[in-house]
Amino acid sequence: MQHSKDDNSLPALVRRLCGQDVAACYQCGKCTAGCPMAAQMDQPPHRVMRLVQADDADAQLTLLSSPAIWSCAGCLTCTQRCPKGLDPAAVMDALREMSFQRGLVSKAQRRVLAFHRSFLATIRAHGRMGEFGLVRRYKLASLDFFSDLLVAPAMLKRGKLPLLPHRIRGRDEIRRIFQRTAQRTQEASHE
Amino acid sequence: MARVGVFICHCGENIARTVDCEAVAAAAAGMAGVAHAVDYKYMCSDPGQGLIRSAIETHRLSGVVVAACSPRMHETTFRRAAAAAGLNPYLLEMANIREHCSWVHEDRTAATAKAIDLVRMMVEKVRRNTPLQPIEVPVEPTALVVGGGIAGIQAALDIANAGKKVILVEKSPSLGGHMARLSETFPTLDCSQCILTPRMVEAANHPNIALKTYTEVESVDGFVGNFSVTLRAKARYVDLDACTGCGACTQKCPSRKIPNEFDANLGTRTAIYTPFPQAVPNKPVIDAEHCTRLTRGGCGVCQKVCPRDAIRFDDQDRLETVSVGAIVVATGYKLWDHSALGEYGGGRLADVIDGFAFERLASASGPTGGRILRPSDGAEPKTVAFIQCCGSRDERHLSYCSKICCMYTAKHAMLYRHKVHDGRAVVFYMDVRAGGKGYDEFVRRAIEADGAEYVRGRVSRVYRRGDGKLVVRGADTLAGTPLTIEADMVVLADAVTPQADATDLAQRLGIGYDEHGFYSEAHPKLRPVETATAGVLLAGACQGPKDIPETVAQASAAAAKVLGLFAHPQLQREPTVARVNEATCVHCRACIAACPYRAIDDREIRTRAGELLRTVSAVNEGLCQGCGTCVAVCRSNSLDIAGFTDEQVMAQIKAICDF
Amino acid sequence: MSELGYYPGCSLSGGGIELDLSVRALAERAGLGLREIEDWNCCGASVAHAVNHELAVALPYRTLALAAGQGFDEVLAPCAACFSRLKGTAVRLGRDPALVARMADVTGRQYSRPVRVLNVIEFVDRLLSNYDLAAKLGHPLAGLKVAPYYGCLLSRGEGIVADDPEQPSAMVRAIHAAGAEPVEWNFATECCGAGFSLSKTEAVIGLGDAILSAAAEAGAEAILTGCPMCHSNLDMRQQTINAAGRGPHRMPVLYLTELLGLAAGLAPETLGLNRHFTDATGIRAGRS
Repeated sequence: MQHSKDDNSLPALVRRLCGQDVAACYQCGKCTAGCPMAAQMDQPPHRVMRLVQADDADAQLTLLSSPAIWSCAGCLTCTQRCPKGLDPAAVMDALREMSFQRGLVSKAQRRVLAFHRSFLATIRAHGRMGEFGLVRRYKLASLDFFSDLLVAPAMLKRGKLPLLPHRIRGRDEIRRIFQRTAQRTQEASHE
Repeated sequence: MARVGVFICHCGENIARTVDCEAVAAAAAGMAGVAHAVDYKYMCSDPGQGLIRSAIETHRLSGVVVAACSPRMHETTFRRAAAAAGLNPYLLEMANIREHCSWVHEDRTAATAKAIDLVRMMVEKVRRNTPLQPIEVPVEPTALVVGGGIAGIQAALDIANAGKKVILVEKSPSLGGHMARLSETFPTLDCSQCILTPRMVEAANHPNIALKTYTEVESVDGFVGNFSVTLRAKARYVDLDACTGCGACTQKCPSRKIPNEFDANLGTRTAIYTPFPQAVPNKPVIDAEHCTRLTRGGCGVCQKVCPRDAIRFDDQDRLETVSVGAIVVATGYKLWDHSALGEYGGGRLADVIDGFAFERLASASGPTGGRILRPSDGAEPKTVAFIQCCGSRDERHLSYCSKICCMYTAKHAMLYRHKVHDGRAVVFYMDVRAGGKGYDEFVRRAIEADGAEYVRGRVSRVYRRGDGKLVVRGADTLAGTPLTIEADMVVLADAVTPQADATDLAQRLGIGYDEHGFYSEAHPKLRPVETATAGVLLAGACQGPKDIPETVAQASAAAAKVLGLFAHPQLQREPTVARVNEATCVHCRACIAACPYRAIDDREIRTRAGELLRTVSAVNEGLCQGCGTCVAVCRSNSLDIAGFTDEQVMAQIKAICDF
Repeated sequence: MSELGYYPGCSLSGGGIELDLSVRALAERAGLGLREIEDWNCCGASVAHAVNHELAVALPYRTLALAAGQGFDEVLAPCAACFSRLKGTAVRLGRDPALVARMADVTGRQYSRPVRVLNVIEFVDRLLSNYDLAAKLGHPLAGLKVAPYYGCLLSRGEGIVADDPEQPSAMVRAIHAAGAEPVEWNFATECCGAGFSLSKTEAVIGLGDAILSAAAEAGAEAILTGCPMCHSNLDMRQQTINAAGRGPHRMPVLYLTELLGLAAGLAPETLGLNRHFTDATGIRAGRS
């Protein structure tokens, strides 16, 4: 069905980013029922879908600055079982992307954000992820110095923490990919 | 020389708002063969019809075109008016300038031009119309009712009580259908058996009803008023005339471990068995698949103990052909098999049961004597979770709402709380659909008076923990939280679906069905009990999910339609049927193969002395539905539909292309 | 000796090193050559798709384009996360020619031929069906009870995983071939939350504890996985879970390839069993 709602509405943006038409959601709650992270979420998955449908300014802000969207593990349990054949995990991705692009990520998600940023920075620099570099960057960015610190020596001992990440030859290509996709996404998630 | 009258209707503002009716009338007046053209505000009104009647007389019209609404709406009205003025009614045709024009366009100029085109086409057709006579068909005043559940019983009794003969066919060994398996019925909690069994007995003993249980429809031939139906009476291995139903055989049968279908496989039965204590006829049948004698030889205990010598191991299926004038299809439904719901255990968890199993647990005549005991260990469940919409409203399975589950789940929760006072009944629902007399009050009573806990949210998963508890992972969407409960038993409200052989039977009956296999009514609002095949009517859940009151209402409606048909010794049919030009037919038989109604057959042309000259195709006017398939496949151009000849249709096309 | 394209992914040189060791050892034992895709890059894992949907396709696209260019019809991605990203991208590229064109533009590389991506379970099945691994499993695990744990990435994903998402059974054949016994349990497809092991440690402890408890309750002596994220979350973090007052658990977590390697008589060190955090050296072939 063709909607006459304006192109910058939240449902329209979500449809553009991930192809999901949230109008199909009838709020049965099966996504929330099966979600391993729902108990951690300020807005459980079915509420997230509802807020996308509702699409008023309040709902947008609530949603895009909600910690909930950063609590989705992407496990696809909701997607697998959705009786409407929707993909709430993809909607979560689209919302995170918008939240990230617009700088609305919840303060409470500092650690998640730091992890994501560190991860991307590592790949951008080397083409591959190195756990040591990742952890180092993450600790600096999140100011979370103590969690897991005790594991590092044990990982080293087991050969599980290579100190130098492998740097691929095509690093220029990777930088190009980051640049080109950043442009495209900025266009898509703002408009 | 044709003298066509054209009558343009304004339909109030409906047509006149978008179409300049006066301009259409003026244009029509100039068309070839038109002797008279006029527009009027309401052509279907009495004065409007009067205009047509008087014009036929004063202008000596040879044909009439009424440009107005759809012929489905008023063709009969106007043809009656034409007939009253002495014109053969088939010389009047309608041009649809409302649904096909004014309602779907906005541009007045273009719509007016289109209306003129539509009128011109119809004028060209009517110039070539010939007078036709309706076809008269005799009616065999006996009805066949297929299905012996509450729908079939009700339809059969209504027809029989009006004095007409009924053949009531049921494929299982007893009348009663699903209703006989229910414990109590919503919204009044009457005992299902108590209200049903008197009807079963009445149907069985009715002088106008011939009851044929354990019998199926093999094939159907003929047409409205004149069906010829072949029935297959399955081998029962028990002579019903000799048997007194004493029960000696069922007591002594050594094959005792057969799952009892009537009890939703919760209990067992013997190989020779009476389906349930109130069965009609109350006589046993041998299950050939499980009988030792019939599968491997030996045994024969039932034969030895039968005091009436009623056991017939050499029994065979018997075919019988009956003549009936109408058929009521009342074949009911089955519950969807939830083994496709892997997230609820995929049918592998003994204590995850369907609605029928719960009915049998709650029934005084059921395997537990009416106590709610869970199948795995016979313990009384202290927490029962009821999950609605299982298979229904689920795009991965069935898109539709099964309609009855909200009510029977409320009833289950209520019955459970009545029987297990310290038990919790937790109902996971999406929406409560209780739109019926006393229905919402019933659901509220389950919640408010009987303490059923309603939780709005679909369940994501059910699994069995090591200690036997069923972990039900749901959500309370109103509170906005996931909600997990530990249950002892789970009842799934499985979707209502058509019988497994529903489409197969539909093809034998020549009736339509939807994408799910439910039989299609002729019109969703105005012809809800008729099918597109004249003389075949629908009753009950074979047409779509229905509860008992609705099923009974539809069954009575179907009976009324049958009685309406039987009220006349003859019936008239539209003469728009195929006709063979025998002079040019080369008898290639392409039409016979193509006809979807099996309405065309061979006809031998003989001399007076009986010598065969040649064979041609011949159309049975009673069977022909005028679809035109034969016309399209005829290589020698020897077939035409009366009222829709090639010549007429080509003239219409020419009228629009040449202009 | 025939060759299969090999995409180890980043984890397999770090936390998931046992998977790399056991995959390579098993392939060699079965006579299948693995050739690493030259200059492969990170698939973007669980991060890229959360912040940039185009990046999440472009990163795997480059690797697929490299594989195609290097002549591979099939690529093994033993890490479940890499498999999911690579296969998911390959499936989308197969369905959407416009996406192929867009990605060629973004990456400057052509995806010249379709590439099929195999996961570690399909890899083991391949060794059992087409190579003579079955004949070399001379050291059966003698009825070792294992809980096959598919997690999210080897059970779900339309078009990506072929198994029944609610009752997966893909590992069963390999388990039987190794002489072990799969237990019936309820958590085979539950998510362990590994993506949040650094950032939402508290929540992840609860999920891990539930999985470990369910496996123990079902009588499993080890959990079997094909995912380095699940592995580190259940193996390395088992001590964290215990330290949080749960359990205590002592549940070895094995890669499917480690189990098969043991049955093939390979040394535990060759397979990397000595590198586990939760002692797995007690699991030996031929034990009674």
